[in-house]
Amino acid sequence: MQHKVIDTKDVVIRFAGDSGDGMQLTGSLFADMSAIYGNELSTFPDYPAEIRAPHGTVSGVSGFQVHIGSGDVNTPGDFCDMLVAMNPAALKANAKWCKPTAMILVDEDSFDEAGMKKAGFKTENPFTELHVEDRTLIVSPITTLTEESLKDFGMDAKAVHKCKNMFTLGMACYIYNRPLEYIYQYLERKFAKKHPEVIEPNTKVLKDGFNYAANIQAIANTYTVAPAKLKKGTYRNITGNQATAWGLLAASEKSRLPLFCGSYPITPATAILEELAIHKSLGAKTLQAEDEIAGICTAIGASFAGNLAVTTTSGPGLSLKSEALGLAVMAELPLVVVDVQRGGPSTGLPTKTEQTDLTQALYGRNGECPIPIVASHSPAHCFDAAFNAAKIALEHMTPVILLSEGFLGNGSEPWRIPAMADYPEIKPPFVDGVLEEGHKFYPFERDPETLVRRWALPGQKGFEHRVGGLEKTHEGVLSTDPANHAMMVAERAAKVQKIADFIPQLEVDGPDSGKLLVVGWGGTYGHILSAVHEVRDAGRDVSFAHFDYILPLPKNTAEVFSRFEKIIVCELNSGQFVNYLRGIFPQYDYLQFNKVQGQPFLVNELVGAITEAL
Amino acid sequence: MAYLTFKDFKSDQEVRWCPGCGDHAVLAALQRALPKVSQALNYEKERYVVVSGIGCSSRLPYYMDTYGFHSIHGRATAISTGIKVANPTLTVWQACGDGDALAIGGNHFIHAIRRNIDINIMLFNNQIYGLTKGQYSPTSKFGAITKTSPYGTVEHPFNPGSLVLGAKGTFFARSLDVELKLNEEIMTAAALHDGCSVVEFLTNCVIFNDGAHKSLSDPALRADNTIILRQGEKMIFGKNRDKGLVYDGKKMRVVRIGEGGFTEEDILVHDAHKDNISIHMALADMKGPAYPVALGVIRDVKDITYDDGVRDQVKDVMVKSRIHSMDELLHSGSTWQVQ
Repeated sequence: MQHKVIDTKDVVIRFAGDSGDGMQLTGSLFADMSAIYGNELSTFPDYPAEIRAPHGTVSGVSGFQVHIGSGDVNTPGDFCDMLVAMNPAALKANAKWCKPTAMILVDEDSFDEAGMKKAGFKTENPFTELHVEDRTLIVSPITTLTEESLKDFGMDAKAVHKCKNMFTLGMACYIYNRPLEYIYQYLERKFAKKHPEVIEPNTKVLKDGFNYAANIQAIANTYTVAPAKLKKGTYRNITGNQATAWGLLAASEKSRLPLFCGSYPITPATAILEELAIHKSLGAKTLQAEDEIAGICTAIGASFAGNLAVTTTSGPGLSLKSEALGLAVMAELPLVVVDVQRGGPSTGLPTKTEQTDLTQALYGRNGECPIPIVASHSPAHCFDAAFNAAKIALEHMTPVILLSEGFLGNGSEPWRIPAMADYPEIKPPFVDGVLEEGHKFYPFERDPETLVRRWALPGQKGFEHRVGGLEKTHEGVLSTDPANHAMMVAERAAKVQKIADFIPQLEVDGPDSGKLLVVGWGGTYGHILSAVHEVRDAGRDVSFAHFDYILPLPKNTAEVFSRFEKIIVCELNSGQFVNYLRGIFPQYDYLQFNKVQGQPFLVNELVGAITEAL
Repeated sequence: MAYLTFKDFKSDQEVRWCPGCGDHAVLAALQRALPKVSQALNYEKERYVVVSGIGCSSRLPYYMDTYGFHSIHGRATAISTGIKVANPTLTVWQACGDGDALAIGGNHFIHAIRRNIDINIMLFNNQIYGLTKGQYSPTSKFGAITKTSPYGTVEHPFNPGSLVLGAKGTFFARSLDVELKLNEEIMTAAALHDGCSVVEFLTNCVIFNDGAHKSLSDPALRADNTIILRQGEKMIFGKNRDKGLVYDGKKMRVVRIGEGGFTEEDILVHDAHKDNISIHMALADMKGPAYPVALGVIRDVKDITYDDGVRDQVKDVMVKSRIHSMDELLHSGSTWQVQ
């Protein structure tokens, strides 16, 4: 049989196995290697909440999808070209994501009676049972082959089985013509110091997997995905959580204020705290608090003392922080609250993605308590979103909620490294110098333009003042005067609205006016963009506007909306943003497309919804 | 630096506690202690930050002419912690009540003590919720009749001292609102202590729990029902100074000097700086009628502080790391060029 090498524009591969099988690592390695090779890419880890869920069961399956391409890649892909399933449960959980043309690679050794039973198969042929028997099936005894590969190493069975993922990675590298050098280097770098003994066996298994794939008949063709035409520059891969942490560090540098992060571990936000904890050399201080409330309250204290204060959390944590958020609003102190949203309510679906905290971010506090809201729209964009959130907080003396999503936090993409010289300085409204004899500092006196109060830090002579949760006058004196309260409520709201003068206008992808405007916010950006382009490429009149700023909205929002016959708002909740828009701009009719499954949109289903709306 | 006086710490706000409330005396003692602390440590007034939670005693920051933060119920300790970590050159005083610190804020309280963050916590213990008008608190006596326990409580109170020492606190002192001179002394000692200082003030709520500490504060009873501990001095008490404390290795005992073979020689000498916590624990636990209630500085030992630890680690990593700017961080690790 003639071996063919086929050039393809893009490829989606899904690695799936037991949550202990190392599928997240395998997928990340494949992604990193492809990034360095020059592909555009997007990744999507999809894993269970349990660290080691019951072995061999469908609920314990951990998956990692990577989409690589030679052109634009905006999403991790709806369906895969190749599925790697390390056991029957992984096949069962993921067969539905296979394209009709997909290749399925399974470890034959795991398809014994016990494995099949655990996965809940009812017949003896799992492929027929799942209706994927017509796909290209590669059934290889990966466990046995790995054991064979390592028989001279004198390793115990457990250690040997940990190398199975490298065998499949080697096979995938052969099938997609990826050079192995990057993985060799990775293994060297990662294990040279602590576990040098694992380098050689992993390298050998990887190579043996590659050679095995080259020798078997079942793999007729291999594929290449050419490097993408990327803008010139230095690139790196970055996850959303890492980018969020770095964006905050960048804001610390540009404001010349030390970063303080008070946080409590919570999925899927923990990686931000972990990342900040590493970067003490940039002056970052992290405090792992005793609870979510202490997380935000230590941050509020640090803000009062003059640090760039941050607390990071997910939905349940945001609920716990509500009262303290109100305190930050009342005391008018800068603070960034990062909410990496997950499936809710309550504990919900901790490892799955949703956009269901928007209403909580907008309204989830007692009293009239407006807080600016910024949203990240891609893993790399988390950097700019975090920087901008911190800039708004510091320059407008207000807490800011930055909405990220599990999909963004855990997902990664190649990122052209920016130069810090291209980012603006951040200038908080500090009181200047020494207070003249006989003058008093009034903490809630406002700038007439921005309504922002001035910031005096403990330690500054003459500016002693008190802040707190009780209503006060501009002079900082406690007051229950009805007129004063009404004025302060209005001023706090107006201060937040005036931020609209400092944020970018809403941009439209596609024609400036026309039949249909598709509206999105947050992490759905890539999926909606791909879907809109697909529909437009099919000759239909459709445009797209995506919101990075939720409160306040960009100043030209109504003007943009007015230019379209129809508006459809797509979001991963039951309609939280669309209802917010309905309240502010009731003059427009809004269609909506919603999904609350703990999963990102599929480009496919968006294309369907948009086409139907036209 | 010109010497500060108590007037420098008085704000222009009218003090709104009830006449006869024990909080007045504690505020006055603080305003008198801080000038002394400032002189001893060469602290300017602008270095002081007074933090509080919610409750009657938490109004205290408004009455101090310093930087102040009147926060939310129970969270003062977390706010104080953030302030101190953010700027360790500040000196943080915290006012909180028994409900604020030990009920809603109990978690933050024990963790601040565990971390040994260098803040000074003044715990106003009147054994009642005053600002909400008279409900039982976590320090109300078993059986206390209050608005929410009309038939008496059926729960045991916390002894704040045991809680502090159980969390391995490095400084604990106790006093009575009426002990003006002692209050000034222990506040000064708390300020000089490097680490988390907790000072419990047994205060009287004239409206909702009048006389809760009467057996201690009544001048006729005080000498027999309390013992004032002073560093290096014998633990002797009583109107006639004829009673003392001895420790038999397991238990504290009250003895009469000259009776049962006990002489003054046998009486314990107070050492707040001793690392062994068991005697401090026994002293903090003492209650009437069998024992006098211990007042004064019960424990004052050295240990590393959280704020120093955070600061030193940042300095240390700054020296060791090769990354000192965002541009360096952005280009660190695995990167590649696109031409």
